[in-house]
Amino acid sequence: MSTTTPQITIGMRMRWTLADGLVIMRRNLLKFVRIPALFVFSIVQPIMFVLLFVFVFNGLGGLLPPDVSYVNFLIPGIFVQTAIFGSTQTGIGLSEDLNSGIIDRFRSLPMARSGVLVGRTLSDFVRNLVVVLLMTGVGYLVGFSFQAGLLSAIMAILLAVFVGYAFSWVSALIGLAIKDSESVQAASFTWIFPLTFISSALVPLQSMTPWLQTIARNNPVTVWSNTVRLLTIGTVSYPNGIPFMPPAGESLAGLLVKSFLWVGLILVVFVPLAVRQYRKLT
Amino acid sequence: MSAPIIRTEGIAKSFGEVHALKGIDLEVQEGTVFGLLGPNGAGKTTGVRILTTLLQPDAGRAEVAGYDVVRDAEALRAHVGLAGQSAAIDGNLTGRENLEMVARLYHLPRPDVKRRAGETLERLGLRDAGDRPARTYSGGMSRRLDLGASLVARPRVLFLDEPTTGLDPRSRLDLWAMIRELRDEGITLLLTTQYLEEADSLTDRIAVIDLGSVIAEGTSDELKDRIGGEVLELHVADRERVDDAAAALKELGTSEPVVEAHTGSLRIQAGTDGARVVVEAVRRLDDAGIRIGDIALHKPTLDDVFLTLTGHVAEQEQEEEEPVAAGRGRKRG
Repeated sequence: MSTTTPQITIGMRMRWTLADGLVIMRRNLLKFVRIPALFVFSIVQPIMFVLLFVFVFNGLGGLLPPDVSYVNFLIPGIFVQTAIFGSTQTGIGLSEDLNSGIIDRFRSLPMARSGVLVGRTLSDFVRNLVVVLLMTGVGYLVGFSFQAGLLSAIMAILLAVFVGYAFSWVSALIGLAIKDSESVQAASFTWIFPLTFISSALVPLQSMTPWLQTIARNNPVTVWSNTVRLLTIGTVSYPNGIPFMPPAGESLAGLLVKSFLWVGLILVVFVPLAVRQYRKLT
Repeated sequence: MSAPIIRTEGIAKSFGEVHALKGIDLEVQEGTVFGLLGPNGAGKTTGVRILTTLLQPDAGRAEVAGYDVVRDAEALRAHVGLAGQSAAIDGNLTGRENLEMVARLYHLPRPDVKRRAGETLERLGLRDAGDRPARTYSGGMSRRLDLGASLVARPRVLFLDEPTTGLDPRSRLDLWAMIRELRDEGITLLLTTQYLEEADSLTDRIAVIDLGSVIAEGTSDELKDRIGGEVLELHVADRERVDDAAAALKELGTSEPVVEAHTGSLRIQAGTDGARVVVEAVRRLDDAGIRIGDIALHKPTLDDVFLTLTGHVAEQEQEEEEPVAAGRGRKRG
């Protein structure tokens, strides 16, 4: 090409990706401001989850160590579960944008190719963060509390939201590949239910049959739930014979490393796949 | 003549078995309005999507504003604007927010973003509606905002894909006025349309496109000269006798009669002496004992362009219920 073409450096590219991502994020978040009903109903469901599970599963409290209340066991798991559920909105939002034609506009602009995906996943990150904070507030009304200090509380919330962020990229790939928003929604729930329910998110592993326990033990949702749980309740004594996840001997540091490795692994695999799918759009 | 600002050489694109474009060569001079005229499914939108880098051609090459649409796609996008068939705007944002968002994504300098968005609202007559969510806009307003989004960064080349489809007559005229204004400011416009009238009144040059190929190119006057003045169209009362009618009307107009057997209709280019042709046609058919259903003179339409250039009427995608062979029967004289 002629010498008049400005040289686009990697630094410029990264700046544009972030700047464009923030423009798209703002646009996505404005939707919640302009359609208040959408915002209300996107927080009603997670709050209902907190209340339902706390009251319905209350009988499981007997399986827990004496100094761990059932609410404190359950709500960290619900944080993780809700963040993953929330990630399905990424694919649904993208498929809606595809069908409205606005993605065509974005693709005809000199914006960063990954800007739309960065913006969409960031806005879903913010939404998930708001939802988890609200759930925390509701949790406090029904007896939940962070018992390991402010720093651990912040880490607990951030970890849950980062998990949701990683799954946003999985959801983005699904949304861009399937394109029809109702099908995207249906497709998302086929993997999300088994993923989140066959784990320690809502019930202690020991309440499951052995073969299910084996699956659940190797499910990253179990790792994340246990980590958020430990960050919530701090150190607990493990009286012998009381079946309780995480198993005695698993340190918080170890769990944190595992948690972020899993998040990193999902991002490393699905970010490039989703970006490639976006570039393949016609 | 300076180098063309849009140049394509043999661009082709297929979607599976469907050959949407079969090798298109075009040249558009800077500062002109170029029309791609054709029926639905002719390949117009595919062409626009290739020139705006949304689609990659299977073969051939194209340059816009000096950039190759495949190799320099990224650099090219800063110099083109696209307004599509449906308004690609966000209904939850206000008109102003839509324009500011697009201006930011064009990477305009920060102080320019707000100023340009304001100016664009003004020129589109949307100043008063600018701070309302775009979902409250009428169809015409949405389309204007969409056009605004495509020109907020002042691109050198603007692509408008069927800009007036679905608009009421008033909005259509407004949009036409705006297109002329943009041309006068030196912006090159390429627009697609199904309407001969639109191409006629707006464009400097027209390429007629059908089934993925350019079948004619020229100014509107050049194309009309090929059709030649007015067109006589008549229906025979008894469809079976349409071929007899064609035989009777041989060498009457400036073209041989073109027959559409399944509707029993027949068209002849009447040249500049339409009245004489009508009288003569009625007399000849009367002599031959063929009853006329109706008969009329009209100005050439898209159908006439197609009939003259291809011998068949414009294909309307897959909606045509008649077997394709019947619709395209090429019977002359």
